Amino acid sequence: MDQLIKEDEANRELLVFALGKEEYGIDILKVQEIRGYDAVTSIANSPSFIKGVINLRGNIVPIVDLRIKFNIGNPTYDQFTVVIILNVAQRTLGIVVDGVSDVMTLAVDQLRSAPEFGSALDTAYILGLGTVDDRMIILVDIEKLMTSADMALVEATAA
Amino acid sequence: MTIDMSQFISVFFDEAAEHLANMESLLLKIDVSAPDPEDLNAIFRAAHSIKGGAATFGFTDLTEVTHVLENLLDRIRKNEIILQPEMVDVFLQSGDVLQAILASHRDHIDLDRAAIASITATLNHLVENQPIAAPANQSALTLIISAGEDFDAVQLNHELSRLGEIEDYEPGDVATPWLYRLKTAFDIQKLIDSLAFVVAPERISIESSADMSQDFGLFLPETEEGAISLDEGYGFFEPLESSTQTASEDDGYGFFEPLPTSANAQIPASAPLQDGEGYGFFQAIKPTTSTAPVATNQPIEMPAPATTRVPNERATDKAVDTSIRVSVEKVDQLLNLVGELVITQSMLAQNALQLDPVLHEKLLSGVAQLERNTRELQESVMSIRMMPISFVFNRYPRLVRDLAAKLGKQVELKMIGDNTELDKGFIEKLSDPLTHLVRNSLDHGIELPDVRTSRNKQAQGTLTLKAFHQGGNIVIEVSDDGAGLSRERILAKAKERGLNVSDSMSDNEVWMLIFEAGFSTASEITDVSGRGVGMDVVRKNIQSMGGRVEIQSMQGIGSTMSIRLPLTLAILDGMSISASDELYIIPLTFIVESLQPKSSEIKTMAGRGNVINVRGEYLPLIALYEIFNLKPKINSFEEGLVIILEAEGQKIALFVDDLLGQHQVVVKNLETNYRRVNGVAGATIMGDGHVAFILDVAALVKMAQHVTPTELTAMAA
Repeated sequence: MDQLIKEDEANRELLVFALGKEEYGIDILKVQEIRGYDAVTSIANSPSFIKGVINLRGNIVPIVDLRIKFNIGNPTYDQFTVVIILNVAQRTLGIVVDGVSDVMTLAVDQLRSAPEFGSALDTAYILGLGTVDDRMIILVDIEKLMTSADMALVEATAA
Repeated sequence: MTIDMSQFISVFFDEAAEHLANMESLLLKIDVSAPDPEDLNAIFRAAHSIKGGAATFGFTDLTEVTHVLENLLDRIRKNEIILQPEMVDVFLQSGDVLQAILASHRDHIDLDRAAIASITATLNHLVENQPIAAPANQSALTLIISAGEDFDAVQLNHELSRLGEIEDYEPGDVATPWLYRLKTAFDIQKLIDSLAFVVAPERISIESSADMSQDFGLFLPETEEGAISLDEGYGFFEPLESSTQTASEDDGYGFFEPLPTSANAQIPASAPLQDGEGYGFFQAIKPTTSTAPVATNQPIEMPAPATTRVPNERATDKAVDTSIRVSVEKVDQLLNLVGELVITQSMLAQNALQLDPVLHEKLLSGVAQLERNTRELQESVMSIRMMPISFVFNRYPRLVRDLAAKLGKQVELKMIGDNTELDKGFIEKLSDPLTHLVRNSLDHGIELPDVRTSRNKQAQGTLTLKAFHQGGNIVIEVSDDGAGLSRERILAKAKERGLNVSDSMSDNEVWMLIFEAGFSTASEITDVSGRGVGMDVVRKNIQSMGGRVEIQSMQGIGSTMSIRLPLTLAILDGMSISASDELYIIPLTFIVESLQPKSSEIKTMAGRGNVINVRGEYLPLIALYEIFNLKPKINSFEEGLVIILEAEGQKIALFVDDLLGQHQVVVKNLETNYRRVNGVAGATIMGDGHVAFILDVAALVKMAQHVTPTELTAMAA
């Protein structure tokens, strides 16, 4: 099982972003663009990590602040705040992170499976851990995460 | 390189369908006793365009039917045949046949050859057996067969008497031409065509005789000029300019110019005055023939009825080019790009505000100009996708007319709100389910006249089609004042079919049973409905559009089927309001009024909620900031405004901070990338690029009825 994940994830380009001191990597093919944080229109009665929606060239796109959701990092909003626009499950949505650091490819030997505890994320969404020099990069299945019930982004979770 | 025709075929199908629809609506409103020539032309053009397209793609069956249809229409529009009421029926039927042929080609299903044969026969019958139109429409023509070889004069006589009435005849020989004067309703080309078997067409020339009493000798000089050949004659009928050239070979032409004033005196009845100064000009010539016989030969050649073709043909060209087809994606893309442009523009405008107006006068005026242009561009792009629902509704007068006649019922069709605009994508998908509902109402709903009178109803039933915006939806209702649904019968039927039902089911649940596949309560199967196909398809189609169907029915009173569709791309008129720091749009249709509340008018009820007294009526007063859990900006009611909203028969008073203005907004679906939000119907993008939510008034009313703020937050979580 672990082996399968590693092979699947290896040699794929990752976008690495930071939440607080932690570094996360997501499949770059899910990333549409990276932009600054614009004023959002907040949605009534929505969870606090859903900042609201923005107009992205005519599309209404919800913005989730992962820092608030996982309670890590520093939820400030200025001209340096980064929003990663993702395309997952035929939807477009944005995540607010503390910063985008890298695009990298991990080889199989740099990958480890995730232990059963640790980060703010449920390990179900963690594909593995990557090591680059001293850095540990948490590989996230962003699609699974974003469509999960916790994120309250899709209809099934509305009730 | 071969051209892939298949890519054009779908366009042809679309266009043909459009032409047929157009033809049908024109036929339905035509006044048989006095048809509008423009309408006749339009109907003819529709048939003609279909024929042209069909021929291009090699659909011979389609070409054949349209050809006969076109012939008949052509003769009607030229007043050769008088339009009869039964013709309208035949035309409508042939429209149906054409539609069937189209469908069979499109979907590769079997053709109903018998229907084609029968309609072609009927049309042919009409073409052949119609009495030639009234003498008023006949024109007197002089047929000249140029001097030369002998021909079969008997045969010619026979042909001519078939086509019209020979009034006079002067035989010719090798040196002198044959002259026939006849009265006919056919046009010159038709005559030449018909005579082609007897005499070589090059030898035939035809002139309209201006004056029936004129001596034949008058036309003799003609022969010296040589009879105009067929080709030249044709050149005549084309642009007016060329005909004037042909005619102006000699000075005689200039000679007639000062005369037009005398013209009106003797316009022959045979020349329908249709258009143009040019035309009037030629008429002017006729009276002069008696005064200046020597010079008349050329102008007289102008066959009066034929010249009228010129304006007609021109009109055709114009009408054909008024629309183009574009793919929906391209329009969507355009819409989004323009949205971006608006945002960029307003960004520029905001930055420009900080500039010194004197130093940057030119830049600022440029920015102002840009703003105007952008807005206009945005408006026109937005309007591209929207179509009034009348595009769907317009097919029902025909359906109702035919069906009512077939079922022996009297039905009046009312259409309300047919200007409600909705996305073109919906328009196309709506027609099938709506047709089912209309047929259902007619067949099962509305009773036969004598049944109705025995139930103290008017013999004539009413079928109402209604479209309007409601909340985040467009609602299309098909209602009738007929018998209504029978709860007992539906339940009995459901039990019979082994469905899981009980007598304690609510009415609503019972009505929904009719959407089960294969379910029919009709006591007998008619050819209209009752086979149990339909309602399940209706529901499936509506659901595929993201909508739903609801039924309200009362036995003996009638039933209403409502289709609710989301507004995905509908444009609506909205009022923008502010509450705390947010801006919201309220669809204008729900707003009854807005007022500034006085504290004396506001009371509390059971310590729970507020009510407001509006001219004696107590309405629940809810604050938007409370419902949406926003930080209140205004603390007392007197500082803000109250908007009275009405939805689904319920009124509420909504407290907001301020009214900002009225906008036309494009409704964007929030669920594309997010999920449904209670109280929000959709979102829109404001001029400054910000997203504003559109309130779902129906939901707000419900929320106001039984939810306190704390329950609300619990609900949202």
